[in-house]
Amino acid sequence: MSEEILRVEGLRKRFPGVLALDGVDLSLRTGEVHVLLGENGAGKSTLIKMLSGAYHPDEGRILLDGQPVEVRTAGDAQRLGIATIYQEFNLVPELTVGENLALGRPPRRFGFIDVKAMHRQARELLDRVGLDLDPRRRIGTLGIARMQMVEIAKALALNARVLIMDEPTAVLTTSEVDKLFSIVRQLRDEGVAIVFITHHLEEIAQIGDRVTVLRDGRSVAEVPANTAEDELVRLMVGRPIDQQYPREPEQPGRALLKVSGLGRRGAFDDVSFEVRAGEVVGLAGLVGAGRTEVARAIFGADRYDTGEVTVDGRPLPAGDIHAAMAAGLGLVPEDRKGQGLVLGADIAENLGLVTLGDASHGGFVDRSGQRKAAAKVAGQLGVRMSGLGQEVRTLSGGNQQKVVIGKWLLADVSVLILDEPTRGIDVGAKVEIYQLINSLTASGHAVLMISSDLPEVIGMSDRVLVMARGRLVGELPAGEATQDTVMALAVTEVEGTRVQ
Amino acid sequence: MSSRTKVWFSENGALVALVVLAVALSLLSSDFLSVSNLLNVGVQAAVTAILAFGATFVIITAGIDLSVGSVAALSAITLAYLSTTSGLPWPLATVIALAVGVVCGLANAALIAYGKLPPFIATLAMLGIARGLALVISQGSPIAMPDAVSHVGDTIGGYLPIPVIVMVVMGLIAAVILNRTYPGRAMYAIGGNEEAARLSGIKVNRQKLVTYALSGGFAAVAGIVLASRLASAQPQAAAGYELDAIAAVVIGGASLSGGKGRAFGTFVGALILAVLRNGLNLLSVSAFWQQVVIGVVIALAVLVDTLRRRSSN
Ligand SMILES: Nc1ncnc2c1ncn2[C@@H]1O[C@H](COP(=O)(O)OP(=O)(O)OP(=O)(O)O)[C@@H](O)[C@H]1O
Ligand SMILES: [Mg+2]
Repeated sequence: MSEEILRVEGLRKRFPGVLALDGVDLSLRTGEVHVLLGENGAGKSTLIKMLSGAYHPDEGRILLDGQPVEVRTAGDAQRLGIATIYQEFNLVPELTVGENLALGRPPRRFGFIDVKAMHRQARELLDRVGLDLDPRRRIGTLGIARMQMVEIAKALALNARVLIMDEPTAVLTTSEVDKLFSIVRQLRDEGVAIVFITHHLEEIAQIGDRVTVLRDGRSVAEVPANTAEDELVRLMVGRPIDQQYPREPEQPGRALLKVSGLGRRGAFDDVSFEVRAGEVVGLAGLVGAGRTEVARAIFGADRYDTGEVTVDGRPLPAGDIHAAMAAGLGLVPEDRKGQGLVLGADIAENLGLVTLGDASHGGFVDRSGQRKAAAKVAGQLGVRMSGLGQEVRTLSGGNQQKVVIGKWLLADVSVLILDEPTRGIDVGAKVEIYQLINSLTASGHAVLMISSDLPEVIGMSDRVLVMARGRLVGELPAGEATQDTVMALAVTEVEGTRVQ
Repeated sequence: MSSRTKVWFSENGALVALVVLAVALSLLSSDFLSVSNLLNVGVQAAVTAILAFGATFVIITAGIDLSVGSVAALSAITLAYLSTTSGLPWPLATVIALAVGVVCGLANAALIAYGKLPPFIATLAMLGIARGLALVISQGSPIAMPDAVSHVGDTIGGYLPIPVIVMVVMGLIAAVILNRTYPGRAMYAIGGNEEAARLSGIKVNRQKLVTYALSGGFAAVAGIVLASRLASAQPQAAAGYELDAIAAVVIGGASLSGGKGRAFGTFVGALILAVLRNGLNLLSVSAFWQQVVIGVVIALAVLVDTLRRRSSN
């Protein structure tokens, strides 16, 4: 058996209003992939932030090679050989991919940044993660899946002995996950110790060696990674979950959303489909297939060149979010930090954002009414918080995601577009969200769901549309959609090219 | 300290600083705590505070308004010129003067929201334009304010200065707008994350128009108060006041990166500046050194605030 490299003993951390960690132990060996498992808010991210120098523990010890160490800053962590990929991205959107990859230690020549060398190094790193990107492209123009791959490449550049990955697969599609796993296996075989956080249970047996389960800030079990999923769920949630995808299909009614011939140069082309009352339509495809672009165009967040969107028979003006909302459209965006949340505002404020107009009478906002509504939906979604006044920035990732969804549940929409709705949400809470989707469709609403989580699209959709390279390449009814049939369509080569 | 008192102290740091400052000054100078001196402080604070309330809206949206001092002067000159030189009835002249402030704000916002100019540049241009117009209209000389309006510079019952009342009223209006109205709540969302606000259905451009228009309107009120106190509108009045206003907002706990700020904080920030100037005068510190001290205080206030935020992590 390989030797222990990192050990954590009795770690405690208190934040105002919550005891985030209440005695956590962890033992990490060289050449292993150690999975951290726990519900949203269980303390996983807090734990790893203490290993990376972002937070300092109130109590407890961290030992590296048997020696107690102090990790006070990110610099300390780097010197100790600990690299971290955080759950929320730490990329500078205004800088290019190359600049981000070289951040802090760009190659120099005569005191100036050696741009050529920087781009060469960037290309090597991007190659390693299988990302075909121009290093001169600005980070802000990438979708979140590509940003995630850039983050991974950035961490690889550090050649660390301990590599910590906080939900790296939350936004990736199967093919990128495969690529990531082969990198992880290679590093593991080279003797790197890897901490891996995920809410996708099926990944645990695929990639993990051992699992430490956290519950309410305590480490409650350490089990081998081939432990049955049901048992893992029981350890993590404290109760079993009978049905992961409790979709209750309705009889579809009239077409609520109709998209015909939608196109934008360089992004997507000739996209036509409809979503009917009571339906959940899934939109699957590889990263970069254009799913998010289409969703944003439908909602009016971006413009389009050709085609038409109608809601309940009435055509929508292009690029007009307000008109789209008035017609009953809603969009839960994929990037919660950049597009979904006002991080510095509190939970009540964020939950009330979409309904701010409805809650205003003569310009005055009914704030107590808004608070009541916020309290209700926060309860429904089981947001783990110290109170509605907690700053959203300090919520755990999964709980932030619940807030993004919650603000749209409060609005009275007829068609809700969900872009990666359960990104970073734990298995128990996912079922709650699926139930809410069920109740939306039961009351005659329609849902268009983009998700990179194939079992989820297949399990929750009544119909699955598949996009590849900016075009719709196929449609599968619920009965025929399997991982294989969806993936076969998703990798279709479409005639004519599309700009990257 | 219990955690609730801790939270209170960290949220009201400026207020604590003001109290400490006042206690220290009352020990150092026997004149400080007299009623007449305190009212004097209030009058000194009034113009800055009113400008700063307007600037609070803008700063909460992560913008900046450098034009408020110039707009204040332009509005006052407009009022004085229309009523004294052109003989318009004073109420009409006052309404037009306020409208001038609002229009300047709208022009700023149009450049920012539709022209996509950075707020710093758009309002820097307006700083020059409004000041220039004030000089053009007045031909560079002061114009007497109409008597009726000049009473704004008086006191009620011989001791309660009307500028102080106007300051408090404008402060309450600002607080109500920020806390209770749609535009106010939208300002926080826009400053916190403009894209999230937009995707939540807030008409960001329209709300920016409202924000800068409010700033311009508040500047007009400040200009009228200032001119009333001096009984004449001066084209060079309130030059540089925009910086005091911004300082008051920041000392009051707002963040220049947006999303944070309160009318009460701004009020306290303006009082701190006024108390500091008054105290330094009472202690006969030279005007030159006063500038140094005030600069240091602004730096300290923001520094303490950033450190506090960092340590709360
Ligand atoms: N800076 C902070 N201030 C206050 N509370 C915090 C802060 N950071 C984390 N918390 C709280 O600590 C708890 C644990 O959060 P953490 O982010 O570690 O959860 P997690 O296990 O990573 O969850 P998820 O699966 O949702 O990412 C949560 O209740 C969270 O609200
Ligand atoms: Mg987390």
